Amino acid sequence: MRKNKALLIFSIFVFAFLFVPLLIIVVTAFGEAPTITFPIKGFTFKWFANVFKSKAFVDSLILSGKLALYATLVALLVGIPAAYAISRFSMKGKGLLKSFFLSPTIVPGVVVGYSIFQFAILKLHMPVFQGLLLGHFLVVLPYIIRVVGSSLEQFDFSIEEAAWSLGCNKVQAFFKVVLPNITSGISAAFMLAFINSFNNIPVSMFLKGPGISTLPTTLMNYIEYNYDPTVSAVSVLLMLATIVIMFIVEKTLGIAAFTK
Amino acid sequence: MKKSLKYLLLVPGIVMLVVFLVMPLLSTIMPTVFDQGFSLKAYIDFFKDPYYVQIFMRTLRVSLIAAIVCIILGVPTSYFISRCHPKWRGLLMAISIFPMLTNSVIRAFAWINILGKNGVINTILMNLHIIDEPITMLYTEFSVLIGTIYLFLPLMIITLVGVMENIDNDMMEAAESLGANRLTAFFKVVLPLSLPGIIVGSVLVFTGALSAYTTPSLLGGTKNMVMATLINQKSTVLGDWTGASVIALIMIITTIVVMKVLNYIAAKLDKRGESNA
Repeated sequence: MRKNKALLIFSIFVFAFLFVPLLIIVVTAFGEAPTITFPIKGFTFKWFANVFKSKAFVDSLILSGKLALYATLVALLVGIPAAYAISRFSMKGKGLLKSFFLSPTIVPGVVVGYSIFQFAILKLHMPVFQGLLLGHFLVVLPYIIRVVGSSLEQFDFSIEEAAWSLGCNKVQAFFKVVLPNITSGISAAFMLAFINSFNNIPVSMFLKGPGISTLPTTLMNYIEYNYDPTVSAVSVLLMLATIVIMFIVEKTLGIAAFTK
Repeated sequence: MKKSLKYLLLVPGIVMLVVFLVMPLLSTIMPTVFDQGFSLKAYIDFFKDPYYVQIFMRTLRVSLIAAIVCIILGVPTSYFISRCHPKWRGLLMAISIFPMLTNSVIRAFAWINILGKNGVINTILMNLHIIDEPITMLYTEFSVLIGTIYLFLPLMIITLVGVMENIDNDMMEAAESLGANRLTAFFKVVLPLSLPGIIVGSVLVFTGALSAYTTPSLLGGTKNMVMATLINQKSTVLGDWTGASVIALIMIITTIVVMKVLNYIAAKLDKRGESNA
């Protein structure tokens, strides 16, 4: 194929547009000045120390991690059986059922957060953390249904039937035959769900209370009132974590797992 | 036995969705249409108020322009990625995916650094003595637009690469050997074949931009509100819960309408493609 220079230059421009803004953040994290400047003056790690000294950041990091983990686990517990039933059994209104399970995606996140706040917290007096967990569960469930569903669609169910005829009961056959065959789908779903819950803002916006604020929400409030490199340092740490996750995923599931 | 099993597997999910999605939505929306009998007054009032109409139109405008710019930037780039050597393709995909996995607060923050009064662009322009005092770029509709494009371009690229990878190189070569130049071949062969991807990508970008909260909130300020930030202001700042619920329903309906319209266009274009073939 002949080289197309115009296309190459255009693509480089687009990749620069995607990457340079993030690189600038990385650079600003090491500046000594008390406000963000670019180019930076001096070189310091003190803003990183600042992140770990801040109780608000550390606490919200722990909260976000816990929340993403719980929400993903609940969504897997509810979502895998549902995805299995949808792809395994023939039934009326299958398409409708699937779209119902994917329906949280058409409701804007802000609206999900807002309606849970009104209904579960104000009306039913549910604790804030449980409300938050529910909101995040709704956000991640479609990922589970879609990714696990597509990996079940590729599974040859005659293998499961063979297990039945060889004496496995339905539950045994599911755990011994079906589940091991869809583990890569489940891992991909787990990872996508976890990342999306961890990064979510719109749902969490309404669902905060005393001592309960997710990392993105804390970061956002911080930016509204401060303009110092602490935010850059937090960003760099989160980007490093993302790179580690991407590397692990590339080595195990393949980078395509992110595009499911 | 089989029948009861399949419902048993579906019940937990359905119950959770009904109790925690459908019921909360109904309980917030019902009061906006029932006020001593069915009435759409709250919605008519919304669309009569120029202030709200302006916010509604801004939301649509930003989402539409963002989708169009994402197509313009995304189509050539995705084509470039899909024609790359597989070794490079993985790396370029990783570069496209990385921003998508990065928190939207960080991605908005990146543009505060660039567009702000003491930001990168103003610093460079002042040092070069092109301008004497900083230009206001942050907290404008322009900054919201840039942030939104930045937010959704990776999604467009990834969607398009998925479709374009399946276009056979031989098709291009056939077109070229029949006398089309590269550009003509691209517009006559690659573009029509990527249309489903462009439509899916546009739906994702447009509906995503319609409901985006973080970016307009950080880059738009209070003067450039969109529907998602308006709902937050109405409820938590002003305590106007009915007003917020009205906006919630308008957002849901707009999202559904946009999806339906784009899918309708996609179906139309698909048919036209078939009759031409």
